[in-house]
Amino acid sequence: MFSLVQVELYKIFKRPRTYIAFGAVAALIGIIQFGLKLDGKSYLDFMLNDLSSSLEIDGKILNGYLVCYVMLQLLLVHVPLLIALIAADMISGEANMGTLRLLLIKPYSRTTLLLAKFIAAIIYTLMLLVWLAILALFGSMLLFGTDDMFLLKTSYVVLLKESDVFWRYIGAFGFAALAMTTVASLGFFLSVFAENSIGPIVATMSVIVFFTILSTLNIPIFNIIKPYLFTTHMIGWKEFFDIKVNDSNEAIIGSIQNPDKIIKAALVLFVHTIGFFVATVLVFRKKDILS
Amino acid sequence: MSSVIQVQGLTKKFGQQFTAVNDLSFSVNKGDVYGFLGQNGAGKSTTIRMLLSLIEPTAGDIEIFGLPLSANRSAIMQKVGAVIEKPAMYEYLTAYQNLKIFSALSGVSKKRQQLLHELEVVGLATRAHDLVRTFSQGMKQRLAIAMAMVNDPELILLDEPTNGLDPQGIADIRNLILSLSRNQGKTVLVSSHLLSEIEQVATRLIIIDKGCKLVEGDSKELFDTSKTVVSIQTLDNKQASELLLQSNWAAQLLLNRTSDKEIFIQLDEKHLPSLHKNLVEMGVGVLSVKPMHSLEDYFLQITSTQKYV
Repeated sequence: MFSLVQVELYKIFKRPRTYIAFGAVAALIGIIQFGLKLDGKSYLDFMLNDLSSSLEIDGKILNGYLVCYVMLQLLLVHVPLLIALIAADMISGEANMGTLRLLLIKPYSRTTLLLAKFIAAIIYTLMLLVWLAILALFGSMLLFGTDDMFLLKTSYVVLLKESDVFWRYIGAFGFAALAMTTVASLGFFLSVFAENSIGPIVATMSVIVFFTILSTLNIPIFNIIKPYLFTTHMIGWKEFFDIKVNDSNEAIIGSIQNPDKIIKAALVLFVHTIGFFVATVLVFRKKDILS
Repeated sequence: MSSVIQVQGLTKKFGQQFTAVNDLSFSVNKGDVYGFLGQNGAGKSTTIRMLLSLIEPTAGDIEIFGLPLSANRSAIMQKVGAVIEKPAMYEYLTAYQNLKIFSALSGVSKKRQQLLHELEVVGLATRAHDLVRTFSQGMKQRLAIAMAMVNDPELILLDEPTNGLDPQGIADIRNLILSLSRNQGKTVLVSSHLLSEIEQVATRLIIIDKGCKLVEGDSKELFDTSKTVVSIQTLDNKQASELLLQSNWAAQLLLNRTSDKEIFIQLDEKHLPSLHKNLVEMGVGVLSVKPMHSLEDYFLQITSTQKYV
């Protein structure tokens, strides 16, 4: 199994396409950091416009922690496309090249081969998120420094002490990794049905867009299914930045307002990931290889 | 002689309508170069894919090395190498990298020098570190063979290995097959739609048509040159037939196939010059005297005397 995973990773990282995702993430983060470094004050003025008359804020608001949060909000919506580029190509790409039949005549079961490919796709996904974390979090901390984190939510503000932020990012990136793993497993599943890469990549994005619309629609009839859609829970990482307050309305350092919500979201994503993989195995084991 | 492949009643249906392989049975013995002949669409590739467990049979049993394939797939595949239809490989990798990957996948740990030597054997030493996408069809075919041989298999399945090759490439593949069989004792199953290719290398063969077995046997017997069918075309076939009926060739004339357009006669190939000479002496205006060697010809020859089995 280890050598199979090694071979799969070797193939992934020998393909120029793989580096498109890493390049795109670096370029987007670089542009946002450059823009905020140059004109961050205007951005903050615009963001805090309504609050400036009622709230006095001291300290360095535009710090690395806030910049990273802004970037995650923007990027984690688009990262699934970059994940799909590789995950949705794992089987269909081999079928397209004709190499799938060569892999399947080697002395491994189809399930073992699929598992190796799946693990490789997950490793790629995690590496992309680590790359995102390095550039967005550590890069921003270096460029903008650190301070308390001031977050403006829809109907309230959150102020997190500087010492209470970093662990939340570890949790947020961990959760994002799970969400992106679910995307990878969806792409992987759809990859079984096609003999070209484009179809599964487009299908993966279409499913995500379709379910995201269902998740955000405020129509009562859809409320029954919303809790079971993985897209409803993909933004669960934001929960790490909501803090509990005590009876005196003071923030409790090290707390999360709704830990149960995170656990439930993680569970839904995990079940989807396993479900997609099991479905992939069931379909692929019986598939005639005609490519 | 022990059977390396034993196939019984193999059938593959795609949907309800189309039967690609129909109740096919055959056996390949150790050390055979087994020719698998049939027109395009006869069911050769489907059969080979079933032998490699790429396609699940609708019915029938396959035993390889004396073991049922379905229950012993991994153990069997350790001793099998294959080139299936057009050569497939990772075009964004070099020849060496491709070979290295398939060596690892076969569970064989080979050193760099060994892999380079194997590329040298198939004539790719100077292109070992070039991307496969820059290779010609013939070079890809040779690399595909090196990849199939990387685990030193006992059984080699080659599906149309000469497709797209130039005459030199075809000769190279032919020599390679003969060398694998004679010098290394490998069992080779090679499919083709060209009789001329198979008759030069095969020790035994099967001919299939529309998924059914037409004939199976020893190639020396099947290609017995003492029973060659010859097609004759003359300026006046009717008159030529009558003259032949009155001559010493009458017993060999295939009346059931002879028509106004073509005369068929079965004879030993060494008597062809005499036939030609006699025809001229009888005053027949000969247009052509052609021994039938193509697969199509052979089909006509055996279907006129045999039913599907």
